[in-house]
Amino acid sequence: MGSCSATIGVFLKILFSIFRKAIYSLVLLLAVIVLNFLLLHIAPGDPVETLVAEMGGATPELIAQLRSDYGLDKSFPEQLLNYCLRMAQGDLGMSFTYDQPVIDIILGRLSATLILVLTALVLAVTTGTILGIMAAQRPKSVFSGLVSVISLAGYAAPVFWTGIMLLILFSYLIPLFPSFGMVEVGSSGGALDHFLDVLHHLVLPALTLASIYLAVYSRIARASMMDVLGSDYIRTARSKGLSERTVVYKHALKNAVLPVVTMAGLQFSQLIAGAVVVETVFSWPGMGQLAFESILRRDYTLLLGILFFSTLIVIVVNFLTDLSYRLLDPRIK
Amino acid sequence: MNTVNENTETAKPEKRFLEAWRMFASNKAALLGLVLGVLITALTIFGPAIYPTDPFEIVSMPMSPPGEELLLGTDYLGRDILAGIVHGARTTVLVGFSATFFTLIIGILIGVLAGFYGGWVENFLMRVTEFFQVLPALLLAMVLVALFSPSLLTIIFAIGVVSWTPVARLTRAEFLKIKEREFVVAERAIGATNRSIMWKVMLPNAAPPLIVAATLGVGVAILFEAALSFLGLGDPNAFSWGYMIGASRDFIWDTWWAVTFPGVAIFLTVLSISLIGDGLNDALNPKLRLIK
Repeated sequence: MGSCSATIGVFLKILFSIFRKAIYSLVLLLAVIVLNFLLLHIAPGDPVETLVAEMGGATPELIAQLRSDYGLDKSFPEQLLNYCLRMAQGDLGMSFTYDQPVIDIILGRLSATLILVLTALVLAVTTGTILGIMAAQRPKSVFSGLVSVISLAGYAAPVFWTGIMLLILFSYLIPLFPSFGMVEVGSSGGALDHFLDVLHHLVLPALTLASIYLAVYSRIARASMMDVLGSDYIRTARSKGLSERTVVYKHALKNAVLPVVTMAGLQFSQLIAGAVVVETVFSWPGMGQLAFESILRRDYTLLLGILFFSTLIVIVVNFLTDLSYRLLDPRIK
Repeated sequence: MNTVNENTETAKPEKRFLEAWRMFASNKAALLGLVLGVLITALTIFGPAIYPTDPFEIVSMPMSPPGEELLLGTDYLGRDILAGIVHGARTTVLVGFSATFFTLIIGILIGVLAGFYGGWVENFLMRVTEFFQVLPALLLAMVLVALFSPSLLTIIFAIGVVSWTPVARLTRAEFLKIKEREFVVAERAIGATNRSIMWKVMLPNAAPPLIVAATLGVGVAILFEAALSFLGLGDPNAFSWGYMIGASRDFIWDTWWAVTFPGVAIFLTVLSISLIGDGLNDALNPKLRLIK
């Protein structure tokens, strides 16, 4: 009985902490909306001016009519409230260059960005961890030095340049991979063909995006693995006569990986930002390329919509990372 | 760091400096970084005088390969790549250092206030910090530069706004660490003002990790500037390495040199800064060195 109510108590505590975290995420989201509103106010030209310019001029009456249609004649707090309400309904405004609701344009590009970012994330976390662990096992070896050099180089090279260098090497000199886009133009195969086609296009952009984070994760994995390998429970495991492989991969790995995962969760916003550059280099049809295009076209409603939406993704990912932690490890408060 | 050590350190700062320098100088990678750094600094100061060719000017045949007419060739318009590298260094270094300075001002101010006052001030400032961490940095920088129209000033401003959070967190953490130490408590006991304790006593003691963070921050700022210029958001009047790569983006098949060399320049600059930063980290925070 006693242990049962204790379990319920723990469960309620976790539930409450999740609820608090959810509220906190919502407050963050509200802050992002307010920031967006302020930035939109700074942006040169309001929607009506843009519309009028598009139409090639309009009468003062029509302009006044449009201003009241857009709610621009209201007071500042009223406009802010209206803006928040519209955002809450998923209305991010109209893009005048695409003549479509911003949310529709972004949703059309979302899957491409997610495919790129998640592939790069998995690639960077797994490869980085493996490299870091191997380096940690022999900290004085040539291999360990090589990992340090790769990590330094990956950090110092600008992402877009890494991408261009990979393009020149593996798309031009050795034509292994396509140089732009996500699918072959005019391809009409089955689902499997389509999948392989996307995969073929994905290799270089994903490698490029992964390269920066690979550097970071291999460094963290190396440091944390060396830390864990020096701890008491590993000494115990070793003294029991377990093989080195079992000690490293069964006992140490679990604890050494945690900092890497934490970092990956924390850096998700940077990964999204990195995707902007990589998508631009490889003409990958995601949100990042859209951001680049919206700057060229001076479509600030669209640009701010992308800023809002990518921040939304980051907040959701942070919430989910936090949630999985709480469920896996009830010690975290 | 124990108390005895602390006393000798405060008594003879030049000895502490010498010790750090000896440690730095015994680090081969850090020295390599320093040599690279000195070369790049020399390039920024003397380069334009030694090689005065205007990087914007069309001086030769378009797309001439390196070594044919000019050492590093020309881009698709016939502009001299070497001139671009020499003159672009100034923009890179200027933006790198100014943006880092701006980053430090915001970060240190927020970190100091949060760490010193604690309570609701800390709570509020840390929430603001978390808010800025959620925003995708480069995307926000792009938005800011695009909205305020690209210039060196807006670029420096935007980089500062998106990259101060680690400095604030670090400063706060250092302040929390030394808040209850004897020398701070002693200052309080003799009636020193909050302002003097914060800035004259605590901040200098929190300096070593901040110096490392500032050094590495220059590298981050340079990468930001390069990315913004590459995306077409650079100052149109200042020639920069990122701009060169962005401008020749559509011609990478024909002029590989026009995109490769400026990238090498950025790479070497950031590499030099990272090596110096790592070396400083080992020299100034010897305790961390053992963990590494």
